[in-house]
Parts: sequence; structure tokens; C-alpha cells
Amino acid sequence: MSPVLASIDWTAWLLLIVRVIVIFALVMVYLVLVIWFERKAVADMQTRIGPNRAGPFGVLQTIADGVKLLLKEEIIPETADLPVYLIAPLASAVPALLAFAVIPLGPSVTIAGHTVPFQISDLSVGILWILAMASLAVYGVVLAGWSSGTNYPLIGSVRSSAQMISYEVGMGLGLVAVVLYAGTLTMSGIVAVQARHFGVPGLTWLPKWNLFMQFPAFLIYVVAAFAETNRPPFDLPEAETELVAGYHTEYSGMKFAMFYLAEYMHMITVSSVAVTLFLGGWRGPIFPVVRWLWPLVWFVAKVTVMIFVFIWVRATLPRMRYDKLMAFGWKVMIPIGLVWVLATGGIVALPPAYGAWRAGAIVGFGVLALILLLGPVIRGGPARAPVEAPTRGVSG
Amino acid sequence: MESYFQSYGVLLGLLVAGVGLVAVAFVAARVIAPHRPSPSKLTTYECGMDPVGEGWSQTQIRYYIYAFLFVIFDVESVFLFPWATAFVRLGMQAVVEMVVFVVILAVGLLYAYRKKVLQWA
Amino acid sequence: MPQLVLFWILAPISIVAAFGMVLARNAVHSALFLIVTFFSLAVAFLALGSPFLFVVQIIVYAGAIMVLFLFVIMLLGVDREESMRERIAGQRWMALLLGLGLLAEVTAAVRLGIGIRTRAAGDFNVLVNHGDNVRALAGVLFNGYFLPFEVTSVLLIVAAVGVILHARRRHGDGGPLDRADAPPGEPLPLEEPGGSTPVDPESAGVSGAAGPVGAAR
Repeated sequence: MSPVLASIDWTAWLLLIVRVIVIFALVMVYLVLVIWFERKAVADMQTRIGPNRAGPFGVLQTIADGVKLLLKEEIIPETADLPVYLIAPLASAVPALLAFAVIPLGPSVTIAGHTVPFQISDLSVGILWILAMASLAVYGVVLAGWSSGTNYPLIGSVRSSAQMISYEVGMGLGLVAVVLYAGTLTMSGIVAVQARHFGVPGLTWLPKWNLFMQFPAFLIYVVAAFAETNRPPFDLPEAETELVAGYHTEYSGMKFAMFYLAEYMHMITVSSVAVTLFLGGWRGPIFPVVRWLWPLVWFVAKVTVMIFVFIWVRATLPRMRYDKLMAFGWKVMIPIGLVWVLATGGIVALPPAYGAWRAGAIVGFGVLALILLLGPVIRGGPARAPVEAPTRGVSG
Repeated sequence: MESYFQSYGVLLGLLVAGVGLVAVAFVAARVIAPHRPSPSKLTTYECGMDPVGEGWSQTQIRYYIYAFLFVIFDVESVFLFPWATAFVRLGMQAVVEMVVFVVILAVGLLYAYRKKVLQWA
Repeated sequence: MPQLVLFWILAPISIVAAFGMVLARNAVHSALFLIVTFFSLAVAFLALGSPFLFVVQIIVYAGAIMVLFLFVIMLLGVDREESMRERIAGQRWMALLLGLGLLAEVTAAVRLGIGIRTRAAGDFNVLVNHGDNVRALAGVLFNGYFLPFEVTSVLLIVAAVGVILHARRRHGDGGPLDRADAPPGEPLPLEEPGGSTPVDPESAGVSGAAGPVGAAR
């Protein structure tokens, strides 16, 4: 064996591969369950029964659907641009999966003398990696709509991608505020920051989650996450009354299944990011039975709660109108995000290091300037558009 | 602790796994699913109407404006991240710099608002 | 060692993709090739020990600028093969000249700056990325280069103002972007009875994306 090969730590690589496979498998099983959970929960909210045939309580319904889609004829329209048409589902499904790589599912464990983190990769630029993958998710939509070579998908995809990029900025600002508060970009570091507890008497039992310290950032992030995943009430690209099925109108069989899978994968990823950044990640009380399993249990429980919120909102809120949607993204989310980022700097991060007065003065000045500048933007927000719109008359 | 290349190599592994999953699904569908095309099946869906002309048509310019504003604010948030990471140790100078930077860009947003390009009507 | 291996994998990919970008007849295919080039550049940054530039390359170039390009392509409604006739006389020669000029300039800049075929010090990575890549970069950016940094924001805002001014409609009922779907002075590319539609669905706020996308050409 050559010295190069001998120098490689084979156990470490083996552990790495096993870790990837285990987490990948966990995510896939969870994905199947989430699809069933959504259908069942929505059915309950609409007083229907929902899937109840395949397996106990219809748990296997997703598998049955997968098999059905596998057996369906795949129709590729003759107008399609074939290479791009095939790349699109891939570009839709893979980024969501890759973004999940930086999510910690538990603390590090020591196996065979190696410290193994319970996450696929603890990148030093963790949050930015999530943002990068979120920005790539647009491609699946744009390419699918364009490559179908017809109108409904094209309109759906342009709408959807404009929506996604608009809310991506808001999402980025929400994430910056968290980074500012935590002082690190790594996901494990952000979870560690949330391990502290409140020092206030009577509240010492309560962990200092970013949810409490960064509530505006949490709201911004969650709203942006709904828009990024094209979920109701922001599911305009799939507004079937206007656009049939939006960007994936011309996809059938397994290719459609990939888009379907991608949507739920995205939902799981953004929920996991929300849990990791704002809800304390995998942390929770550990009971003295099977100690290593508890972090995973807490993590899955919290993610499921987030996903339930997604489902709940879907069953509750009607779809937003497109002009309101875009106006909300640009006139409300971004200005508030900017103000909150500077405010976080002034309130939370600066005073210990530089003294409250000077820091407060400078950042206060910035926040004030921003409020003065962006106040009219926020105030004249989404409500104004419909008032003016009908006055504009006949076209042509 | 893992090495630098290991931590990113895993991502490559995950990429291969993801692409592999999709590829396997596509190939399986190709093998198993029936394939009986007919001219009417192959036309695009236009709610029952026969499609007229070519599918690739123009989109509106306002989407372009949103995309451009997005690029600008994306660049801004990219600058914000290193600033936020090193915030506490950078000193007052960096804080002032970022306040100026953000305020200048906020003027841009205000301008866009005043010119009513943010309004969809 | 891994850097070298990665370089010899990435360099051919990026060059082949760059040729593909230039040679592809379809604008969207060109854009996809360019994305491949951007990605191999991103991984090259990673190999050189800068994970921050790696993600930034993906976020800004692959995620934002290429999306902008795709929007432009859709704006033009490109699927037809562009005519190869030159509109501006001597355009090719000028392009060639400017390209060579850029090459010379970059070469000279690299030669004067760090020199060609220079070996970095063994502890270069440790030296430069002291603490952490992102923190080290922030230290340099916000201390040594604060003026260029502020100028960047001015540049960005100038670009935004330019786009807003160009994209606005100059005629019509004065509304912003109102019916901005056709370039000024040209008839709307509508085949459907656009003029006789009683209420333009778009103006009535029913649908955000009517206009020429919804119309067959």
C-alpha cells in the first residue's frame, strides 16, 4: 500500500459514509411520513377521513402513490427542450437535500475513538450553505417552466421564481440577525448558544432559545420559508384556477413525483433550519433511559411541530393575491428585516463590548435613519395596491 | 475533529446520493412505465384548446426589475454575514461602516418605492 | 495535494463548460453551461481554503446573477436562433481586440501583484485564515478596505436607479410599468383580442402575470 493510501484514516471515512447513509435513510422515511401526516391532518381539519386504506391508518399511502406514479406513462410534450426538461426535477429535489446536510440532529458521539457529530457536515459556513441551497432551489422552478415550452408552466415558473427571490432577501436578513446574536455561522455553534437559560428569577427553567431573543427574525424567517417552499398561502405558482399546476403542468409520472418529493423535502429542510436556529435545535431534557436517543427524539418532535404549523396554515389561510404577495415581500419584509438587523446589533451585541451609550447612539441613529427612510415604504405597504388597481381601465 | 476536505467531501457524497436517487427513479420509470405516445398526448396542456404558435413567449419587464433588486440586496446580505460574524471584535468603525452601507441601500429601496416599481398594478 | 487533484479535475470542467457556453445555440443552454463554470470556480475557491468565497460564489453568481440572466432570456422570449448578422460594423474585431486587451491587463495585474508561478508559503493558509476564514475576511474587509466597501453600495444603488429608470414606461397613462410588456413604440405582441378585452385582468389585479406571457405569439 502506498504511503498516501496508508495515511488516510479509513475508520473515519467509513464512519462518515455510514453517517451519511443513516441520516439520508432517516430523512427519506420521515419524508414519507410527513406526506401522510399532511394528508391526514388536512383531512381532519376539513372533516374528511383522508387516506385510510394502505396500511394501518393509511400510513403506507405515500408508498402506494409512489408505486402508482412509477407505473404511469411518462409523457414528454413535443415542445419540450429535452435536456433542460430532465435537469429540472433534479435541480428541484437535490438542493433541498443538500441543505439538510448542515442540520445537527444531536450532539457528537464517540465511536471507536472518533468523535462523530450527529450531522452530515458541520461546515464553518453552515448558515450560508443553507442560503446558497435556497438560492439554487429557484432553478428547478425556472427550468421546469421554461423547458416545457408552453404558457401555463412558463407563467407559473416566472411568478414562482420572482416570489422565491423576493422572499429570499427577507430570509437572508432574518438569518443575519441570528448570526449577529450568536456570533457564529456554524449550526452546532448556534445550537450551543441556545443552551443557556434565562437569568430572571422564576424563568430559570426556560432555555434561552433564539425564538424569544430574536422573535422578529423568527417571524421574518417563517414567513419567508412559507414563500420559499411555495406553500399556502403563498402557493401562487400552483394556483390551479389560474395556472393549472404551474411550472410542473407538463410533468407526469416519476418526474412529477420528483417535484412532489422536492416540495416536502424543502418543507422538512426549512422546518429543521427553523428548529435549529430558533427552537434550540436538538436540545431538550434527557431522561436516563436510552440517553443517546433523546436529542433525536426532541429534534424530530420540534420539526414535526413546525410542519404541523405549515399544514395548519395551509388549511386555514386563503391564497394571497400576487400583487399583495410581492408588495409584502419588498415593502414589509425587507425594511423590517434591515431595521431589525441594526437593532439587534445595538441592543444585543454591542453594549457589553463598547458601553451602552456610544453603541446605542450610533446604532440608534442608523435605525432612526432607516425608519425615516423606509417608514413610508412600510406604511404604504401591501394595502394600497388594490385601491389603485381597479381605477385603471381598459387595456389596449 | 474532521479535516477540512472531509467535511466538504461529505457534501459531494450527499450530492451523488441525491442525484443517484433521482436517476434511479427516472431509469426505473423508463423501464417499468408504459410508453405509448400519440400526437394528441404529446401536445401541451392548454385546457383543451389546441396550442397556437410557439410556446416561448416574452415575460414582463417588471420581473426583471425584481430580479435586479434581488441581486443588489443579495450582495448586501452577503456583506452582512461576515460583518455579523466578526461584529463584536471589529470595533466601532465597522459598525459605522455597516450603518452607512445599509442606509445607502435603503435609499435605493426608497427610490424604487417612490418610482412605484414595487407596486404591482 | 488535494488542491492539485481538485485543480486538474475542475480546470477542464470549467473550460469545457465555458466553451459550451459560447458555442451553445440556445440561450438557456448557454446559461446552464455558465452555471457549471461558476460551480467549478466555487469549488476552486474551496480548494484554496476559502469556504466563504465558495458559498458566496454560489449565492451571488449561481443563485442571483444567473437567475437575472434567465429572467432576461425569458424577457426576450428567446428560443429562435439569433441571426448571425452583425448589427454593428466591425463588432467581431472590436470584441477580439477588447478581449485580448482584458487578457493582457489581467496577466499584467497578476504579474505585478503576486507574480506568475509563485509558490505560497507553507503556512499561507494558517496565516491568512487566522481564526476563521469568514472572520479573517471580515477583519480585512472592514478595516483595510472600508472605502471600496462603501463605494460598492453606491455602485449597487446607481445600478438599481439605472434599471428602474430604463424599465419604466415613458408613455401610457403615466402609471409605473403600466403595460410595460412591450417596448415603447412597438405594438403589443398579442394575437388574442387584447384590445377588446373589457377589463384587463392584470390591471384589475386578478392575475399578476397576464400580458404577453399569456398570449400566443
